[in-house]
Amino acid sequence: MALVNLSVDGRTHSIDVEPDMPLLYALRDELGLNNPRFGCGLAQCGACTVLMDGQPIRACVVPVAAATGELQTLNGISTADKPHPVQQAFIDEQVPFCGYCVNGWIMYSVALLERDPTPTDEAIRQEFAGLKCRCGAHSAILRAVKRAAEQIQAREI
Amino acid sequence: MKWLETRVQRRSVLKGAGALVVSGSVPGFVSQAAAADQPLWRQLSPGQLDTYLKISEEGAVTAFFGKMDMGQGVDISIAQIVADELDVPLDDVEVVMGDTALTVNQGGASGSSGLEEGGIPLRNAAAEARRVLMDLAAEKLEVPVAQLATENGSVIVGRDPIRQLGYGELIGGRHFDIRLDWNGRYGNGLRAEGIANPKHPSEYQVVGQPALRRDLPGIVMGTHQYIGDVKVPDMVHGRVVRPPVAGSVPMAVNEDSIRSILGASVVHEGDFLGVVAEREWDAIRAARQLEVTWSEVEPPFPEMDELYSYIRRAPVVRESAGGGRAPDVAPDKASVESALAAADRVIEAEYEFPFQSHGCMAPACAVCDYRGDSATLWTGSQKPHYAAEGVAKLLDLPVENVRGIWVLGPGSYGRSDAGDAAMDAALMSRAVGRPVRVQGMRDEGTAWDPKGPASVHYVRAGFDSEGNVVGYEFRMKAFSAGDTESNESDPSHTLAGMLTGWPNASVHRLNNPGDRYEFPHKVRYWQTIAPLLGKASPLRTAHLRDPLGPQNHFASESFIDEMATAVAADPVEFRLQYLKEARDVEVLRAAAERYGWEPRVSGPVAIPAGGLVTGRGVAYTRRGDSVVAVIAEVEVNLDTGRVWPRKFVVAADQGLVVNPLWLERTLEGNIIHATSRTLHEEVRFSPEHVTSVDWVSYPILEMDLAPEEIDVVIINRPELPVYGAGEPSTRPVTPAIANAIFDATGLRIRRVPFTPERIRSALETVS
Repeated sequence: MALVNLSVDGRTHSIDVEPDMPLLYALRDELGLNNPRFGCGLAQCGACTVLMDGQPIRACVVPVAAATGELQTLNGISTADKPHPVQQAFIDEQVPFCGYCVNGWIMYSVALLERDPTPTDEAIRQEFAGLKCRCGAHSAILRAVKRAAEQIQAREI
Repeated sequence: MKWLETRVQRRSVLKGAGALVVSGSVPGFVSQAAAADQPLWRQLSPGQLDTYLKISEEGAVTAFFGKMDMGQGVDISIAQIVADELDVPLDDVEVVMGDTALTVNQGGASGSSGLEEGGIPLRNAAAEARRVLMDLAAEKLEVPVAQLATENGSVIVGRDPIRQLGYGELIGGRHFDIRLDWNGRYGNGLRAEGIANPKHPSEYQVVGQPALRRDLPGIVMGTHQYIGDVKVPDMVHGRVVRPPVAGSVPMAVNEDSIRSILGASVVHEGDFLGVVAEREWDAIRAARQLEVTWSEVEPPFPEMDELYSYIRRAPVVRESAGGGRAPDVAPDKASVESALAAADRVIEAEYEFPFQSHGCMAPACAVCDYRGDSATLWTGSQKPHYAAEGVAKLLDLPVENVRGIWVLGPGSYGRSDAGDAAMDAALMSRAVGRPVRVQGMRDEGTAWDPKGPASVHYVRAGFDSEGNVVGYEFRMKAFSAGDTESNESDPSHTLAGMLTGWPNASVHRLNNPGDRYEFPHKVRYWQTIAPLLGKASPLRTAHLRDPLGPQNHFASESFIDEMATAVAADPVEFRLQYLKEARDVEVLRAAAERYGWEPRVSGPVAIPAGGLVTGRGVAYTRRGDSVVAVIAEVEVNLDTGRVWPRKFVVAADQGLVVNPLWLERTLEGNIIHATSRTLHEEVRFSPEHVTSVDWVSYPILEMDLAPEEIDVVIINRPELPVYGAGEPSTRPVTPAIANAIFDATGLRIRRVPFTPERIRSALETVS
């Protein structure tokens, strides 16, 4: 066991854990941040995604001691009364079925649109390589990401 | 350690008058917590109106639904049905489901029957409630019922705005205490009705309108609770330890091997082996670190490459031309044999379909709190009533002393590993005397979940000299669909049950394709073979979305195209030649029209040498009374073997449409799920064990091959009942893609999945 400092959604936490424990269990079990979800534990599905310094990482394989950057979870991208445009688009398009995977898709979408506000269909598909959805929301996700991009554009003009 | 989750108040479980009385809040939906906050105010009986509906003093309506929504919007449709019958705004109707203390067992999510069957008692109860409310108002206002109407949650007298009584004023907070005529059944077949007649469909104002899912904003904003998030005080984390060779059992367990992990301990009961620990990561480490001596067993499976020859060779256990749960019906083999013998020409083909996994987004999770004389189960199972029943049997408790609470899980497409996790949690909670949360690791969600059965299909057809069909034979030979029942109400149908001595209870059953082709001497039957391993097998079979639909229709609808090709007919026109029922014809025509289908014989003039080629393929199917036709437009890369279904048209007649928005989404989801199963999915195994253990060894669809367009044509039939939509659009997808590949390349692919390797090797064989 060792004390590990984590900076998550603008707050710093000090927790006493096994340093090689995956970040996911620290976020969920120690900090009660449930949106990164366990899907595979192998970085193969994306359900556990959080952003570290703006880049998507898979919390299920990153040792907690290695998560030294600024972490952002789904909780940190919006407030209850002000959804992130990506979230608003996912609601407007009625995207999720079970919704278990939606954390990964939203976090990757946020990172993508930050980097490329007008992604092509091809760019979106490439960005999402490695993300899984089992209920078949793929078409709705594509529509939502395009809608979010349009909304972000409209806001900035 | 600091739990930031919403604190779960310790509920008190009091037994009174033979019924479980529950108070305190439970984790689950926020909306459900409100309903569960109060002590139960009514005894659940399917023959009581109060079982289904409650109206608050403010006039808010709560509908208690004994089935489930697994992400297809069933609950919002139930709210629509109730709102229409009661004449209340949709927003005033809350739907509670998934808690065995609050709802009667209407069968859970099952067989696409959420609205088709599950909606019936709710519709009848709402109609009856409206009748009672009008009677109450007539008495209070001293006006004959005939002069009363209902509108916007009130009983009104004509247009008089003064003389109206809100439902809350009339009944708010009190019992209806009205008996319904109950048919005595639980599950899907539960029916109950009052004196009142439900409305005529022409009066519907809410049914038929698009309605948004209410849980969706919470899911997207990250406030919605999933089964994996459930935490209760004093809870420990459990993990099950599975054997390295299927069928092997623990002979000796070295508990010292996990002594270094603080608080970790072993649960070893019968052949069941698990570990618990205070922290989740410690439970995972302990499960990995535990030294176990496993029994030596003969490898139970054939080589993967031998699967289909194994099925062909295996002795037939049961044969029938009828339904899987019905008594045997002998197929009229002589009739088709003589018809084919007299035919001018006979064609035949064989098709192969692999084992497939539910592969839910996460391995299943469950929490169970065993208290000696009672237990509470939190489960993601789509059938929480049955899960609670199974836990009661496993723990030897009266069923009314086990409360099952469903919490949204990582997807649900049938009898998945959720049913097993429920029993694992129960067994371990009893063993350690504390609440136990069990979650599987990825391999348990892929290698160890119940599987869709692998199959071989033999199809033959004969034609006369003018190309008319004179005989047709369809035979499915496969592992039974029912090694494990479609619910976990009996521990015999769960891994934990089988490992602790519950006897094998597998049932031999399959079924025939759902179509209405009117061929002379049409004979269809099925044959089951014995399971490869009878007990606790990772290849045990159970219901997976649209059970047997993808297998059977891959074969039957591919072969219809082969028949059309044999007589140089257009595939749509050939089907229409033999479909006589108006709804079948209309659905197929609607799909063809939307797609802009120009009649021609399928297939290229010559097999092209390389590059990208495009083709189109059609398939039509029935499932019960639902009719679906799918047209797939597929791009095939002849160099890489990559198949991309770019576009789908799906036409569906599923009777009365309740919520067109989520009906459309449901069809979309089924098309994509089935595309994944068609292009990628095949459970791999070695003689020792299942080797599909993750998303690399069991690949599924990713965004690169997601279709560009899914064009949905819904044929609304207000004059008909609601027919199930949860699954029927799954089954035509595989054959539509297969037929499109043939159209593009001239290659007939008769084995699923259509991987690039398989397409390439088929191309090489041809060239």
